[in-house]
Amino acid sequence: MTPRSAAIRAGWRRGLIELRQSFMNGPELVSHFLWPALTLAALFFLRHRDFGSSGLLLGALALPSILGMNAAMGMVAMSQQLTGDREDGTLLRAKATPHGMLGYLIGKVVSVAGSLLVDLLIVLIPGLIIVGGLAVDAAGWFTLIWVLLLGLIATLPIGAVLGSVFTTARAQGLIQLPMLGFIAISGIFYPLTALPTWLEWIGQLTPIYWMGLGMRSALLPDEAVVVEVTQSWRHLETAGVLGLWAVAGLLLAPIVLRRMARRESGSAVADRRERALRSAVR
Amino acid sequence: MSKGIVTVDGLQMQYGEVQVLHEVSFEARAGEVLTLLGPNGAGKSTTIEILEGFRLRSAGRVEVLGTDPAEADESWRARVGIVLQSWRDHGNWRVGELLQHLGSYYTPYATAGVVRPWPTGELLAAVGLAESADHKIRTLSGGQRRRLDVAIGIVGRPELLFLDEPTTGFDPEARREFHELVGRLATEYGTTILLTTHDLDEASRLADRIMILTSGRIVAVGTPSELTTAIAGEDEVRWSVGGQGFRKRTADSTEFVRGLFAQYGEELRELEVRRASLEDTYLALVRGQEVAA
Repeated sequence: MTPRSAAIRAGWRRGLIELRQSFMNGPELVSHFLWPALTLAALFFLRHRDFGSSGLLLGALALPSILGMNAAMGMVAMSQQLTGDREDGTLLRAKATPHGMLGYLIGKVVSVAGSLLVDLLIVLIPGLIIVGGLAVDAAGWFTLIWVLLLGLIATLPIGAVLGSVFTTARAQGLIQLPMLGFIAISGIFYPLTALPTWLEWIGQLTPIYWMGLGMRSALLPDEAVVVEVTQSWRHLETAGVLGLWAVAGLLLAPIVLRRMARRESGSAVADRRERALRSAVR
Repeated sequence: MSKGIVTVDGLQMQYGEVQVLHEVSFEARAGEVLTLLGPNGAGKSTTIEILEGFRLRSAGRVEVLGTDPAEADESWRARVGIVLQSWRDHGNWRVGELLQHLGSYYTPYATAGVVRPWPTGELLAAVGLAESADHKIRTLSGGQRRRLDVAIGIVGRPELLFLDEPTTGFDPEARREFHELVGRLATEYGTTILLTTHDLDEASRLADRIMILTSGRIVAVGTPSELTTAIAGEDEVRWSVGGQGFRKRTADSTEFVRGLFAQYGEELRELEVRRASLEDTYLALVRGQEVAA
């Protein structure tokens, strides 16, 4: 076994261990189940409400969009975990281990992606039962899988970049604000066609919109396409935009991560800890 | 055995305008415990971080295990163990689980002579954490946590181990146990250890050799007893004549006392000579340096 392959295997196991841990402690269990439960409750009450005069049900429209949004939020999870791991020394530990950064990153991708998939199922399975108006065939499942995979490749590296650039937990909090803004204009809760044209354009720059669109195309009956921009599922464009994000992220992430890792040292970790303690006291 | 494990020659470090290390040069020999002793802000951590390959130096030559740490690769990384003071990572992991995990990165580096990684159970026993194997790391006490950090530092059986201020915040018992552990590592396993501390007592207890670093300069190097004798630490002489007490600091106490007898003869009472201690030597050095700077 080469050192590199040992690190890849260790990273895979690391991801599984972290995934298991995230389903075995209180606070994280709440976030795994509470939000899905609230989401499903809201969808349940929306299930008979029509969207405009289209004859579509709002609950049915929202469910796939929410799945898309949750998957896109892996970006935020990635970014926050990276910042946290830098603050407590996890990253430095990885740096002190032979090929440890490789193992660390693989582990992180496995645990974040794995946790997203589990969360997705937690919403999707009961959602299919209690929210009517969804139609999934073999082609739909296929779309769901490729949109999800491509979406993860598009968003996780960007999340890693954000996590490397914003170094403190507080700065991470600030990322949330624009993120909420993007969610608001990404057609998750209301179709994009209901927005002014310029917002519609901004919304279409985000991977969130395209993951939501992809999910809707996978899970909704064909008639639902009428509320979309240009009244098309635009699979080609979905692949194109997500692909662009993926390429940008995969090009940028190694550079930014390497720069960040190079700067890690014991005193850097100690400084941040001290700063955090000081600002916590104030 | 005389091969230099660490060679530092004319090391300089500058942060902006501030010169943190001035022409630092020293060598660590295989199997020794070398202590970098100095007050806070002397440049100890900067030095050790440069040797660990975590920080780029401004000038000078540095070789650790035959390689410049600034250009070292992952196989060099596998030969070096690092223990820092500010790690709080992996709180959700269990002790044995993390050790097993981090050890697995070292499997390919095993040789016919050296088993790598150190088997988890054996290692936990060696650092006194056998009972805590299934505990979550966040539930460990400060001393247990640090012993885990040491266990992680040596799980790949490094040839060289860096310990940065290893006992900060320890209670006396934890500190003593820790000192025993470090002593065992050096004697039983032949690990070369480079440690920093601002605690003189710790340095003299652990070190084969001590280097005193103040304001970015190495001002003295030697075994604890060499340091005490080589540097003109002043002995303290106390006596009384006619019920009145006197006290005098002198470099040559024997000669001074001979003079006292010659002068006072029978009248000399309550004679007391206290030899310069390592602490006096250290304080004299540190103060002298601060005045000079």
